[in-house]
Amino acid sequence: MVLWCLIPPAVWLGLFAFLPLGIIIVISLTERGSPLMWQFTLSSYVRLADPLLLTIVARSLWMACATTALCLVIGYPLAYFIVQQRAPVRTWLYFLTLLPLWANSLVLTYAWMVLLRVDGMADQGARLVGWLGTHESLNWLYTPGAVIVSMVYWYLPFMAYPIYGSLEKFDWRLFEAAQDLGATRVAAFFKVLLPLTWPGVLAGSLLVFIPAVGNFVVPQFLGGAKAALIGNVIQERFLSQPQDWPLGSALALVVMLVISLAIWAYFKFARAGDAVG
Amino acid sequence: MARYAWLGGLVLAIVVVVGVIVAVNSDKTKSLRIFIWEEYIDPEVFRLFEREFGAKVIEDNYGSNEDMRAKLQAGGAVYDLVVPSDYMVVLLRKEGLLLPIDLSRIPNLQYLGARFRDPPYDPGHRYSVPYQWGITGIGYNKSQVIPPPTRWTDLFEPTRIEPYKNRISMLNDMREVIAAALVALGLSPESTDPQHLAQAQALLQQQKPFLAKYDSESFEDSLASGETVLAHGWSGEIAMAQAQNPDIAFVVPAEGTFVFVDNWAIPKGARQKELAEDFMNFVLRPEISAMIVNHARYASVNEAARAFIKPEILNGPSYYWPEDTKLWWLHDFDDAGRLYERVWFELKGR
Amino acid sequence: MVRPLQTQMTHVRRGVLDGFIAPLLVLNALLAYSFLYLPIAVLVLFSFSASRYASIWGGFSLEWYAKLFHNPDIAQALLNSLLIAAATTLIATVLGTLAAVGLERLPDRRRASHYDAALTLPILMPDIVQGIALLLFFVLVFNALEYVLDWRPTLGRTTVIMAHAAFAISYVAVVVRARLSGMDKRLEEAAMDLGANEWQVFQRITLPLIWPGVLSGGLLAFTLSLDEFVITFFTSGPGATTLPIQVWSMVKRGVTPEINALSTLMLLASIALVTLSVVLQRRR
Repeated sequence: MVLWCLIPPAVWLGLFAFLPLGIIIVISLTERGSPLMWQFTLSSYVRLADPLLLTIVARSLWMACATTALCLVIGYPLAYFIVQQRAPVRTWLYFLTLLPLWANSLVLTYAWMVLLRVDGMADQGARLVGWLGTHESLNWLYTPGAVIVSMVYWYLPFMAYPIYGSLEKFDWRLFEAAQDLGATRVAAFFKVLLPLTWPGVLAGSLLVFIPAVGNFVVPQFLGGAKAALIGNVIQERFLSQPQDWPLGSALALVVMLVISLAIWAYFKFARAGDAVG
Repeated sequence: MARYAWLGGLVLAIVVVVGVIVAVNSDKTKSLRIFIWEEYIDPEVFRLFEREFGAKVIEDNYGSNEDMRAKLQAGGAVYDLVVPSDYMVVLLRKEGLLLPIDLSRIPNLQYLGARFRDPPYDPGHRYSVPYQWGITGIGYNKSQVIPPPTRWTDLFEPTRIEPYKNRISMLNDMREVIAAALVALGLSPESTDPQHLAQAQALLQQQKPFLAKYDSESFEDSLASGETVLAHGWSGEIAMAQAQNPDIAFVVPAEGTFVFVDNWAIPKGARQKELAEDFMNFVLRPEISAMIVNHARYASVNEAARAFIKPEILNGPSYYWPEDTKLWWLHDFDDAGRLYERVWFELKGR
Repeated sequence: MVRPLQTQMTHVRRGVLDGFIAPLLVLNALLAYSFLYLPIAVLVLFSFSASRYASIWGGFSLEWYAKLFHNPDIAQALLNSLLIAAATTLIATVLGTLAAVGLERLPDRRRASHYDAALTLPILMPDIVQGIALLLFFVLVFNALEYVLDWRPTLGRTTVIMAHAAFAISYVAVVVRARLSGMDKRLEEAAMDLGANEWQVFQRITLPLIWPGVLSGGLLAFTLSLDEFVITFFTSGPGATTLPIQVWSMVKRGVTPEINALSTLMLLASIALVTLSVVLQRRR
């Protein structure tokens, strides 16, 4: 039966995910052209050894980490709070957390620009409260901070969602037992709740971190296109001129490799910290 | 048994849905597939064309030349008409992605303004028919920017831009931005001299801290709303900003500026080539060209259309600027392009 | 499912921070929801703005809602988006669940964890790369089919569905796996001991237990498909424009408040759907 289960998805993914991956690998080994020339070479990987590129990769990774960390810090307590409520309230709160995903993300990005821009709502609110003079501005838009805020916004539901799932099937009696044994709530959290909801935390972190690394919309709009992130570089290599599909492919492959390594390291942590399960 | 029923129902549902989709996807007779910038044409034009020629028009949109080109390069989609800018016509032609046009089917080419006949990027109109055009310049808020800008250096000189820090936008376009920097330095925008490019890069890097953003898509929006007061931009968009906010003015830099023309072209693989040519001819009818201008505010290449265009547009940034302005076409480079790319990459990456 | 009980805490140690926990949680929740809904409030607000630009207030007006109903392009795009999302959800939910269950049951645990990793490939690939790769893949296939069968298919909704389902399967599988891994295996073992074969165990024991996971995986797939634009841009063809593509290409000339109006309506529709399902559930 296991085979019957695995074959259909394997076929689908094989065709529509792995074969395309193969194509990308092949392209990364060709010579740049319009869009490429069928000569096999490792030149794109040589071009990757560019200190500026490494700076950009580092910047993207750090922003993705910051986004993930913030999502975790906000999302876990949020999920916990929702789980503590009773039936109809709980469903509503859960739903409200996911609702933003139903509005078009590009339009919501625009909404953030309206909020943060000069003379936007943030500025006007600050003026009302007296923080700012009438012609001053917080100048929050087109900064790295704006990029992170918008990314946290975009991905927060993806963090809350699996954590909520984990919390929902958590057996609270274990928590009670820990307290009965003398642990404070905080200690019980770290020793019992967190390790057992770790799959949810992990899933949420992955669902945030990975797309955050490759996001090119937010840096372009909320960052004012002033600080390129890896997603922008890949996009330009494929779509701008002069085109460089081999480099774009090589870069994407390297980024995927780095992310995979990070995840593998994370998994090792998970096994190590998973004392109870 | 009930258990299997829902599984069977699920499978059936999938089959039905997929079947419906495949069926609906099947080719319709005689439809013209156009791949064009969003809101770049009055939809009424399509209705009129459909009625007169008895065909259906299917419109798909893209937001940049490069997006369009990527789809054509990969070869999957089938369109009868695309709208590349001048430099993109050259690139697509070189890659063999365009079909030669049968000009005998487009007699209305006679209405083209002199400037657009036999353009340098496509001599003899073999692969493209001009559609709309514009020039690059500086849009500004005349009640806030005093004294008003008159030259490219007014966008780069620190003493000139310091008062407007964080209220300035430049186009997010490698060629436009680097060309503007080169001209501001008194150099040729067609230069491929590494020394010149190094100077341009230094100038741009010096300008960057004063900028709010690089934006090719909504710079007119920001200008009209007051978010920015100085914007590097294109004539058509600034005209639109002016319609929203009468304080907005447009200036053509004294050193000279850059002209662009968007064109109709027929991609390889088009199924309705003759219908596409009919469409190109249709759009060049003076009343139709004027209808488009009145709707989209971009300047038309059609001289005869002037008679039908609203006066405020004719007097606005789209059409009205000093006669003796030096105008350059922005070419695309081959290997020299690597230098430009490096400058741009350094500018954005640091 | 065991709810956290507010027990009589007679033997409980209260740590220094314990007293702060409840109010902190409430505060965090309040801030989080304000954060989540501030832009939505802006979005809804500007759907009533008379100005053409979706970021400048121009006075109250319902014109964009009116324009929305007369806009055939947006209607077509919405229809395409919904069709594609529905098909994607069906396919991805079935295949993703199968994948999750299969992996969980696989006796060779090392192989299973390798396949697990492979399953996350679509989530791992940046969407531009996926989009271009899929486009090239489809073109290759089309060329081959044309050569062999003299029939050349085109890009359209079907190709978009194939692309969407690919990454959706991964998401669904991840969600269902999470659900499965917490499940008590002994229930399944007990059923097998009682003589049930594998399929029966799956239907009567496993599936009902993971059903919430399957449903939420399906919901996730639907939501992701609805908002996906990069991959969709590359794999769609004439007439198969989806809503996000429409919005993305409107960016060039400024997003008009029609999209705000549409988003507001979609939010209202999903609120209505959830209300309905909650009401129905209480009836049971």
